[in-house]
Amino acid sequence: MSTLTVSVVTPDGPVLEDAFEMVSCKAESGELGILPGHIPMVAPLTISAVRLKGEGKSDRIAVSGGFLEVRPDKVTILAQSAEKPADIDIDRARMAKERAERRLQDKQADIDFQRAEMALKRALNRLNVYENNF
Amino acid sequence: MASLRDIKGRITSTKKTKQITKAMEMVSASKLNRAEQNAKKFVPYSEKIQEVVASIAQGGGDASHPMLEARDVKKTGYLVITSDRGLAGAFNSSILRKVYQQIRSKHTSADEYTLITIGRIGRDFFRKRNMPVDMDITGISDQPDFSDIKDIASDTVQLYTDERIDQLYIYYNHYVSAITQEVTEKKILPLTDLNKEGKASQSSYEYEPNQEEILEVLLPQYAESLIYGALLDSKASEHAARMTAMKSATDNADDLIGDLTLSYNRARQAAITQEITEIVGGAAALE
Repeated sequence: MSTLTVSVVTPDGPVLEDAFEMVSCKAESGELGILPGHIPMVAPLTISAVRLKGEGKSDRIAVSGGFLEVRPDKVTILAQSAEKPADIDIDRARMAKERAERRLQDKQADIDFQRAEMALKRALNRLNVYENNF
Repeated sequence: MASLRDIKGRITSTKKTKQITKAMEMVSASKLNRAEQNAKKFVPYSEKIQEVVASIAQGGGDASHPMLEARDVKKTGYLVITSDRGLAGAFNSSILRKVYQQIRSKHTSADEYTLITIGRIGRDFFRKRNMPVDMDITGISDQPDFSDIKDIASDTVQLYTDERIDQLYIYYNHYVSAITQEVTEKKILPLTDLNKEGKASQSSYEYEPNQEEILEVLLPQYAESLIYGALLDSKASEHAARMTAMKSATDNADDLIGDLTLSYNRARQAAITQEITEIVGGAAALE
């Protein structure tokens, strides 16, 4: 079966570069599944998990935003942060989740709700990827 | 002439200073190494994002975004990257001098510009001169992560989006080599000269859902990545500048120790000669 090269790049360096058979991810307009031979495309990603399937292996990556560039034989994901399950700092994610929840519950006007919500989303996404429940 | 003890004291203290500068030189050398690696790791990301941005900007005729269009300039933002600590030679002073001159020559009142500073030295410099510092961040680690800078970068880009500034310049030291750093001025926003920069990829893309929304996500991220790139560059320059400064301090200490040792020996010799003369003189008086 043909494969596509997937590379995940962040400002702090490349996270992953390997050959896979399928990439499925969540773009802003909905779920996307990409197989080899896809037409060139660019799409923004949501804070979500990217799932990669290859010959007898599968991988998942927690991305926070960024976008996806598709070429027939290559997929590049550019994100401000991207982590494999093994690289996720689970304690930090839990703490971030609690902090964000606390902030959202405090009905004070002087906090930035949007920012807290984004932080909560990122934390939940990391926890989900770490625990592998979708 | 200074007494023997004075000279000896100065030699010891210079030796101690030399030990410190030598240690700082070596610390900076290893930090420079790491900073260079960090800058290298960032290259794939910046190249890729530039490629995609350029291909969208070139390919799509109808793609428009406030960040791509120049508007009348009422207020200019200056993002100045300095270090938190001194002892780095001309690293901070050359950049601050340049920014200060630019502002003095371009603007007549403080309403026409605002400053965003990264690093303590820059912040203190502009505060002391009563210039408007809109945002500042200090205590960035020597090996910065993107997350360290994310907030100030996106807030700065937000200033532009909210039309509180109409253009944004960034000033930083560009790392050329371990002994040369160049003060660099770069216009970040609006992104008007995209077409010249970088090569666009050959393939034309399909946009999901459409170009406008892609640009909405892509351009702020691109601008932030430019800021982060400048910071990494500046960090490498800082360590290089400090290393060079400390190296010349160590060399100077060596020279100073040499001179002092010479005058110490001379003074010692003079003292001995004088003693002998006194003894001989005393003996001659007894005869």
